[in-house]
Amino acid sequence: MADLHLTGVAKRFGAIQAIDGLSLDIASGEFVVLLGPSGAGKTTTLRLVAGLETPDAGRIHIAGRDVTGLAPALRDVAFVFQQYSLYPHLSVYDNLAFPLRSPLHPTSEAEIRRKVHEVAQMLRIADKLQNPATRLSGGQMQRVAIGRALVRDPSLYLMDEPLSSLDAKLRNDLRLELKRIQQDLGATMLYVTHDQIEALTMASRVGVLEQGRLVQVGTPQQIYEEPVSSYVAARLGSPRINLIPRALVAGVPAPAAAVTVGARAEHLRLHRAGIDDTGRYRHARVKRIERLSDLHLVHVGLDDSDQELVTAAPPGASFEPGDAVQVELLRPLWFDADGLRITP
Amino acid sequence: MAEIRVHQLHKAFADFTAVKDSSFTVRDGEFFCLLGPSGCGKTTTLRMIAGLELPTSGQIFLGEEDVSFKRASARDIAFVFQMFALYPHMNVRRNIAFPLVSQGMLRSAIDAQVEEAARILRITHLLDKPVSGLSSGDRQRVALGRAIVRQPLAFLMDEPLGALDSEFREVMCHELRALHDRLNATTVYVTHDQMEAMAMADTIAIMNQGVIEQLGAPLEVYERPASVFVADFIGAPAMSFLPFEAALASGASAVQIGPAQIAVPALREDVSARALLCGVRPEHVRLDDASPLRAEVLGTEYLGASRIVTVGTAQGATLRAKVDVASGARRGDQVGLAFDAAAVSLFDLGSGRALRTARDDRPHTGHRRSGDGARHG
Repeated sequence: MADLHLTGVAKRFGAIQAIDGLSLDIASGEFVVLLGPSGAGKTTTLRLVAGLETPDAGRIHIAGRDVTGLAPALRDVAFVFQQYSLYPHLSVYDNLAFPLRSPLHPTSEAEIRRKVHEVAQMLRIADKLQNPATRLSGGQMQRVAIGRALVRDPSLYLMDEPLSSLDAKLRNDLRLELKRIQQDLGATMLYVTHDQIEALTMASRVGVLEQGRLVQVGTPQQIYEEPVSSYVAARLGSPRINLIPRALVAGVPAPAAAVTVGARAEHLRLHRAGIDDTGRYRHARVKRIERLSDLHLVHVGLDDSDQELVTAAPPGASFEPGDAVQVELLRPLWFDADGLRITP
Repeated sequence: MAEIRVHQLHKAFADFTAVKDSSFTVRDGEFFCLLGPSGCGKTTTLRMIAGLELPTSGQIFLGEEDVSFKRASARDIAFVFQMFALYPHMNVRRNIAFPLVSQGMLRSAIDAQVEEAARILRITHLLDKPVSGLSSGDRQRVALGRAIVRQPLAFLMDEPLGALDSEFREVMCHELRALHDRLNATTVYVTHDQMEAMAMADTIAIMNQGVIEQLGAPLEVYERPASVFVADFIGAPAMSFLPFEAALASGASAVQIGPAQIAVPALREDVSARALLCGVRPEHVRLDDASPLRAEVLGTEYLGASRIVTVGTAQGATLRAKVDVASGARRGDQVGLAFDAAAVSLFDLGSGRALRTARDDRPHTGHRRSGDGARHG
């Protein structure tokens, strides 16, 4: 396994600056997830590392070697795409063996058999090896596609939303499985997704992309708890963080430059109206209760405004639509006029 | 707006039965979700309500009128599809106005209704833009505009958010529900995504192989699933299941699973010796070193406000526990498991049916319990 360094990488497509001065250092064995909405530059970054695109500026190093101008096949990376592209006329075994039979990686059939069985075991598809690739479920096909990347022992794995075409349940299962395999192999992984749950649950570090720029890199907990901007704060967390104009919570002490306050649902505490008259607890009215699993979300509308907030009700609390309440901000995150975080 | 009543609706295609004797009522103003995996019959049901398919047998009432065999155009309903087909050569205003123009409505009345629809959807600023440059969310809002502008008796929606990415889907869920609260329109919404159903619906019908397995409010189907299928389909992460074999007498309040005695809600029926499942949701599983039910931690997942720990028991069952973010559980740790007794569900493995217990004492007919006043949302 290898480390990966991107230094000042830029890529423009026509009028669109897809990647803008991106620098990122990934240590050997790290699982780095790039997160961002469509158009943020996730896939382009991956394609630049793979060599499927050439950067306009900047350098890319894999295992200490400058690969910026190198052909994809010579970079020793494995790419898993969103849509599993298996060879339909081949069995699962032959699909898995295919990369090892390439003239670039001369491998004996005995060694191929060993590798294929090892990977099939790991991915729990050992009983499917003789099946035609087309006679598999979606989840099995995606595992074969991942397996085809794993048989090769590349320096680096690149994955482009490999779970997004699967149904929710399978995605849940494969998340943990992929993380386990990555840890067992000690693999270096660069993984892109727009799914914040994948980023939170799998990454050793998350990089958040905004319009081709990497705006924050950190552990999932750092990104969730200490976002550098309102943009980053809104990428993570379900329900989404509440972003409230500062003027609507005028009674709460705040840094002078604060324009917006961010408050996650679990950091808003609801009280019955009348608990406090210092103005620090904003008056509001319950509009709707959303009972998602064990999590009960109480939607409240702030009095004298159109602003709605989503709050997580404490266990046992019984609020009903129409109730007058006061909202306490437990861990407000303050942002300035540019959306950048201000730490008081 | 109107009530929709579906009575013993049945649909067969050649040798495949898509919908089997479905009966349900969507109350006036209700947000009703048909939820299930692909092929369960939810879209076929919706298409029969819309008049895009004709039933093999059964009846559909829209308000007082039997519309079972009426053409789609003769039913006063609006359909919103997953792939929002907008007219690319028309701007937003003309797209929204289109259904009214084809009805031959007066220009001045059209303008007023388009403005009103745009105001409700908060897209007034987009009215004179071409649809080609719109974001996917705005395109979906325009498609909704075209549905609400007609002021139909009911809305039918077939996975309208299915093509959106997860982050945006959540935003649109809140938006759709808020829109519903403003319009109070009878809505039948089809999805395979249980999160969407839980977030928006007043009532969910969970379908499996053409049959409605359970009908109820989101919290009811979550807390008292009528079958293994429902228990497994609703909730993310899903309910965990521990298989065991036993004969149980009515009144029993514990079951023996391997070395562990597990407290459960008191049985309300006698069960002869057979294979059973003990089902428990992640928030009701605790890591407890004192418990004789042992397992190994297979992995942990940080979710911001909580952490999910996945464990495997020596018997090969996989369970998930929702624990505090600060939990120090690590892959490879040996842990004990304890459950919140009152929240455990029991199922008959063979039929998939939930056993009647103090937690869930009702006949499982697949229909809403009569006399159940506990409505949510």
